[in-house]
Amino acid sequence: MSPIENNAETGTTMTDLRTHATEIHEQFADQLDVTVEEVEERLDTLVNEYKVPVSEARRSVTNTYLDEAGIDRDELGGGGGNEQVQVADVDAPEEWVDITAKVIELWDPRSDAVAQVGLLGDETGTIKFTKWSKSDLPGLDEGGVYHLRNVVTDEYQGRFSVKLNRTTVIEERDEDLEVGDDDVTVEGALVDIQSGSGLIKRCPEEDCTRVLQNGRCNEHGEVDGEFDLRIKGVLDDGEDVHEVLFDREGTEDLTGITLEEAKDMAMDALDTSVVADEMRAGVLGRYYRVSGPTYGRYVLVDEMEELPEPADPEAVLIKARSI
Amino acid sequence: MATTPTREVAQRAFAGEFNDATYTFKESDDERAPVYVLLPTGERANRVFVVGTLMETEDVGTDSEYWQGQVIDPNGDRFYMYAGQYQPDAASMLRELDPPAYVSVVGKPRTYETDDGEVNVSIRPESITEVDAATRDRWVVETARRTLERVDAFATDDPDDPDDGATVDEYVAMARQQYDLPVENYRRLVIEALESLEADDELEASV
Repeated sequence: MSPIENNAETGTTMTDLRTHATEIHEQFADQLDVTVEEVEERLDTLVNEYKVPVSEARRSVTNTYLDEAGIDRDELGGGGGNEQVQVADVDAPEEWVDITAKVIELWDPRSDAVAQVGLLGDETGTIKFTKWSKSDLPGLDEGGVYHLRNVVTDEYQGRFSVKLNRTTVIEERDEDLEVGDDDVTVEGALVDIQSGSGLIKRCPEEDCTRVLQNGRCNEHGEVDGEFDLRIKGVLDDGEDVHEVLFDREGTEDLTGITLEEAKDMAMDALDTSVVADEMRAGVLGRYYRVSGPTYGRYVLVDEMEELPEPADPEAVLIKARSI
Repeated sequence: MATTPTREVAQRAFAGEFNDATYTFKESDDERAPVYVLLPTGERANRVFVVGTLMETEDVGTDSEYWQGQVIDPNGDRFYMYAGQYQPDAASMLRELDPPAYVSVVGKPRTYETDDGEVNVSIRPESITEVDAATRDRWVVETARRTLERVDAFATDDPDDPDDGATVDEYVAMARQQYDLPVENYRRLVIEALESLEADDELEASV
C-alpha cells in the first residue's frame, strides 16, 4: 500500500491530516460547500479519536462526501488517494496505483476479454498493460501520453504489469514523455523460425541492406549479394506471442553456428537452406528470454539466454492444492 | 499491424485434457477461418505446444508414408500426432528419432470421428525437435500453471452466481455447454504432474 498507511502506525501529525484534507477538499470543491477545516476535522476524529488508519479514514471521509455530492466513486477513480508511481517502482502485485506513461506499442489481444494490451513507458522504463473489455474504457492510442488513475499491479513469473479496470480514469496529457529505456524483455518457447532465416544474402549497394529474394534486390535488381545470418523467430509463452529478430551476432550466439561455418555448410550441400534446417533442429521448442528495443512488431534481440529448469514448481503445487 | 493476421498462441495442456477437447468450432464462416478445439477448462486452441517423451513411432500409411508418434506426459497420458507428405519435416523427424526421446512439438489440434462414433483428438505437427530434460520439466511447470489459471477462471466464472461480478467468459460458457467434464479432473492432472517432478528430484537426490 501507499506510504500513507505506514504513517498510521507511528501516529499522525496534524500536518499530514491537513495534506489529506486539502487533497480530499480539492476533489469536491466544485460540488460541495465544505472547507478544508471541516474535512480535516472529520479525518482527525477518525484517526486520533477512533484510531482508524489514515488510508481508511480517508476512504471513509471521501465516501461521505461522495454520498453528499451524489457522485459515483467510479467517477472519482476510487478517490482513495493512490500513490503516483513510476514504471520502475512497480514491485508488488495487487497494488492500486496512479501512473503517467506513454503507450509505446499496442499488441493484438488474443482474447475477447481483453480490449487492449501493450506496453507503457516512462522515464524509468516500460511495463505491460492490459485493459479488459468489460471495463468499458476509452481506447488508448499508440504514442499517446496518459495519466491513469486507479490501475492495479499484477505479477507473473517475476514480471510486473498493470491492469486497467472499471474504476480506472484515463486522462490524455498534451505532452510528450521521454521513455527511458524502450528495451523490452520477452520470454517463452521458440515455436517457429520463419522463412527468411538462416544464411541470407543482402544487397551490397551503399545504404541498402535489403535481403535478396532469388538473388534480386527489390530496389537494385540483380546484384552480387553479401552473406549474412539472421533469425526471425516467434517466442510464445502460452499467453502472448512475440516476434523476435536475431541479427548475425545474435544468431551466432543463439545457434552456435558462425557465419563462416554456415557458408561452409551451404557450400557442401550446394544449398543455403541446410543452415536454417540445422538451426531449427538446435533451437526450436526450447525456452528463451530475450531483450532489446522494438522495431515494428519485432523485438531486436540484444541479449538472450536459454531458460533452465523451471523456477518454482513447489509454488504452483501449493496453489493447485489450495484451489 | 492490422494487415498481418494474428498468429495463434500455442496453448499448454496436459494430454488428459487435450484428448478430452473433442468439440471443434470456427469463429467465422470464412472457408479459411481457423478451426479451434475447445479445451474443457474453457479456452480455445488452434495451436498447441507440447514437450514430453516420444514413446513410439510407426509408419501407419498404406500408399505413402504416414507417421504416427506417441508422446507421453508426466501423468502417463499420451499425445497422438500424425505427419505425412504435407508435413515433411515432422515426418522425417518421426522416421529418424529413436524412442524414447524428449521432444518439443508445435502443432495444430485435429479431431476425427471413428466408425463407432468416438472422437479422437490428435496433433498435426508443424515442427518436432529433440530437447533435453530441463526443457521438458519447464514445460510441465508452465503447463501446470496455465492449466491452473484456466481451472481457476472456470471455477470463479459461475453462471449461477450473478453476484460474482464477472462476465462469463465466452469459452468458459461454451465449455459448460458442450462438455460434462468436471474441471476438478484437470486440477488433479496438475497436481500429479508436479508431484512426479518432485519425485524425480528426490530420486536423483537419493542416488
